Amino acid sequence: MEAPPLIRDDALLRATRRRRLVSRVVAHAALILGVLIVAFPIWMTLVGSTHDSGTIGRGEVPLLPGTHAVENYATAWGKGGGVMRTTPASLMLWNSLLMAVLIAVGKIAISILSAYAVVFFRFPGRMAAFWAIFITLMLPVEVRIIPTFQVIVDLNLGNTWAGLVIPLIASATATLLFRQFFLTIPDEFVEAAKIDGAGPLRFLKDVVLPLSLTNIAALFVILFIYGWNQYLWPLLIINDRSMETIVVGLSKMIGRGDSQNDWNTIMATAVLALLPPVLVVALMQRWFVRGLTETEK
Amino acid sequence: MATLSLRDVRKSFNATQVLHGIELEVADGELVVIVGASGCGKSTLLRIVAGLETPTSGQVVISNRDVTGLEPADRDIAMVFQNYALYPHMSVFGNMAYGLKIRGLPRAEIEKRVQAAAEILGIGALLERKPKQLSGGQRQRVAMGRAIVREPALFLFDEPLSNLDAKLRVQMRAEIRRLQRRLGVTSLFVTHDQVEAMTLGDRLVVMNAGRPAQVAPPMEIFSRPADTYVAGFIGSPSMNFIPATLEEGGRAARLAEGSAIQFADGPRPGPAGMPLILGLRPEHIEPGDGPDSLPLAVELIEPLGSETVVHGRAPGGLAVTARLPGAFSGAVLPVQLPAGHLHVFDAGSGRRLDP
Ligand SMILES: Nc1ncnc2c1ncn2[C@@H]1O[C@H](COP(=O)(O)OP(=O)(O)OP(=O)(O)O)[C@@H](O)[C@H]1O
Ligand SMILES: [Mg+2]
Repeated sequence: MEAPPLIRDDALLRATRRRRLVSRVVAHAALILGVLIVAFPIWMTLVGSTHDSGTIGRGEVPLLPGTHAVENYATAWGKGGGVMRTTPASLMLWNSLLMAVLIAVGKIAISILSAYAVVFFRFPGRMAAFWAIFITLMLPVEVRIIPTFQVIVDLNLGNTWAGLVIPLIASATATLLFRQFFLTIPDEFVEAAKIDGAGPLRFLKDVVLPLSLTNIAALFVILFIYGWNQYLWPLLIINDRSMETIVVGLSKMIGRGDSQNDWNTIMATAVLALLPPVLVVALMQRWFVRGLTETEK
Repeated sequence: MATLSLRDVRKSFNATQVLHGIELEVADGELVVIVGASGCGKSTLLRIVAGLETPTSGQVVISNRDVTGLEPADRDIAMVFQNYALYPHMSVFGNMAYGLKIRGLPRAEIEKRVQAAAEILGIGALLERKPKQLSGGQRQRVAMGRAIVREPALFLFDEPLSNLDAKLRVQMRAEIRRLQRRLGVTSLFVTHDQVEAMTLGDRLVVMNAGRPAQVAPPMEIFSRPADTYVAGFIGSPSMNFIPATLEEGGRAARLAEGSAIQFADGPRPGPAGMPLILGLRPEHIEPGDGPDSLPLAVELIEPLGSETVVHGRAPGGLAVTARLPGAFSGAVLPVQLPAGHLHVFDAGSGRRLDP
């Protein structure tokens, strides 16, 4: 008996192939468009930072890099820019770095300790403490900025690192994240540690912290960027030029009214301001993703 | 030299009482197994001994020292957890050494003890690995190693074998027994597995709803169960229970459907007509035709290779299980109830009635 002939629906096959191609093209087009929209301003900034001050001042919008990169960056780094010749970027970068690191480290330290207390100890008012922490979530810096400002001024902490950093450190987000993570640590570890004779601090140092390492790294990235981008609070509390942070300094470089801006220097400073957060994300990306997606157990 | 004694240990969680006055004396070097159904309070009792749970009342005494109020670390005990509770970020060595490090032992001594324990357990080659890189059986060994290196007065095991597959479980069971004998450490072992309990224990504590139903060596528990709970719990398949009443003079029991069984070992005390429960293990039920045999209507046949378990019903509707040597097939199985293997219980209290 002869086998029935194999049916091949060429038209259907072609239609399927075409549909797949179209959907792929559409998807890529959307992605490329998205990248362009996000990347274009950054490209403009990069290009702008390589021309002389006249080019942008005349209202030209160059799309290709110019030849003044080295001098623009040297000016921004060493002397500062803008009409008022503000603080040099090198100093502002250092200030921002210090502020961001202090905020990130401080927040992590405080949240680990408070989450540790709330999760591993039974004490009167434990839930009250937890809810108090939780409620502060609804009060970000901007909402409580006036009373906080009053407190800091009364304490004579204006223009100090303490005044700049401490109000930003009080944080519920990180506490909640650590609490959720600590709750996933099995009770058996606590019990095994008790039998091994480890006290609470020892348990924290030898078991809880090593297990939280990836979470700490992920939070560090988030909090570093949070600290780096602080604007309103540093603007209020710092008048001393030598303590200016780069995000605030950058906006101060742009003069108001008719004054002529050194756009080239401003853009070079903006690029410099961009680098540290990018660097932190790039360097800690592996940890960051692991910390957000997996738990080591 | 270490002994353990529990004196009237009670425990309530809020309103619910979980342990109702446990009395137990464990001799030096003895391995006592606590066995019972899920939720009967075995783990709670063990955790009270460990100091992870505080008793509502009563005392825990280890080697004549009242440790009731002491921290776990000060009780000179070691515990093996059901899921091992190995610290995931520490190596095998780190896990085993941690307790010793905290106690401030010199580095050389720690190394010596860990090496020795690893040697005994056959995990010497794994010391650098993380728990994640170990199989279940190897993790089990590391958990044991962590207990051994402490050289404690008392080992506590909470269902340490229940996460292992059947074959490994049998192997580790034998290994634990051998190890415990060799080290001579007084031990308390919790399990819900009766085979584990029977093979492992010098003595068994059969727990029933927070009360010790019987404390005795395994064979005594098997051959002279103290009440119907113990009788039904130990032995597989479970003992058959047959309702009956005591005859005048206490020399025989009359079954519901009319026939009588003479007690082989003497008269039981009690008034005529007292309700009884007769216990007969499935393996003691003999197939055979005779004037007083029961014809079982066969409902289910479970061939186990060398023997066959037959579930059937006696004429009165009573379910009876028999374990027969060899193979069996058929719709009706006539069986004899041998008087020599009869267990007699008081139907009211469930307690065993001896002559
Ligand atoms: N922390 C607790 N709070 C309230 N009730 C508890 C607590 N721990 C245990 N119980 C109750 O006490 C009883 C005994 O628990 P336990 O863990 O000792 O049982 P178990 O015999 O070990 O059971 P299993 O074989 O399932 O492990 C259970 O009914 C349980 O619900
Ligand atoms: Mg249990």
